Amino acid sequence: MTDRIALDLPARAEFLNLVRSVVTEVAVAMADLPPRRVDDLRLAVTEACANAIDATAKVGLVGGRIGVVCERVDGGVVVEVSDSGPGFDPDALVPHPPVTRPDRLQFERGLGVPLMRALADEVSFGRSAGVTTVRLVIGPEPDRRPARSRSREA
Amino acid sequence: MVDLGIIVSEREGWTIAAVSGELDMSSSPALRERLQGLLAHGRPNLVIDLDGVGFIDSTALGVLVGVMRRARAAGGDVRLVCTTPRIAQVLEITRLDQAFATFTSVDGAVEPLGL
Repeated sequence: MTDRIALDLPARAEFLNLVRSVVTEVAVAMADLPPRRVDDLRLAVTEACANAIDATAKVGLVGGRIGVVCERVDGGVVVEVSDSGPGFDPDALVPHPPVTRPDRLQFERGLGVPLMRALADEVSFGRSAGVTTVRLVIGPEPDRRPARSRSREA
Repeated sequence: MVDLGIIVSEREGWTIAAVSGELDMSSSPALRERLQGLLAHGRPNLVIDLDGVGFIDSTALGVLVGVMRRARAAGGDVRLVCTTPRIAQVLEITRLDQAFATFTSVDGAVEPLGL
């Protein structure tokens, strides 16, 4: 295991910018990802961290923390975001109504997991010993499938 | 530190909020407060100019959805000015490009529709 960077952060939104700075540095300087893929990674990791921060808040952990581990692998970057929240089932997420329906506007949340699935080459969710981990893999070549069909699969 | 700037102006009956910074979970509460504050002044037609926005996540998109809901409830609407391919792509992935009228310039956004 080489080129592994591990962050242990307070579960607070004010640190998202710091996380983005670090993953950007890993993606550019260590993995040489093209700009569009760096942007994909920045957003996917931000979404994963926001969910981790929310999950930590749900269990009322005072001084709760999240973990972000970045690793350069053959063909890209792997980022794992972990929290000690209650966990969730990504497959149980209820899809939003179509945006053309007025009741879609009642939903301000729930776009994070679909975004991660649209942006990353691989997204997986795991839970072990009370820790939820989201694993994101992003390689140098953008996924060529149209964004809409990808988000439908999500 | 919250990275958010909003410059407000008015044109053609629209309130224009030129937003700058990184829009994520840390700046979203301030973004919501500022934009909802603009609606509260009895001017529910709002153009949100995202030209100066370097980053937007789903939390901030949720704020925009909530602001649009309030604007419409008050008889107005929200239009977006979106010039960067990256933000256009995020709107497309989330399909919010179909929910918001989006324009490539403030000039276009303040024109009456159908002309």
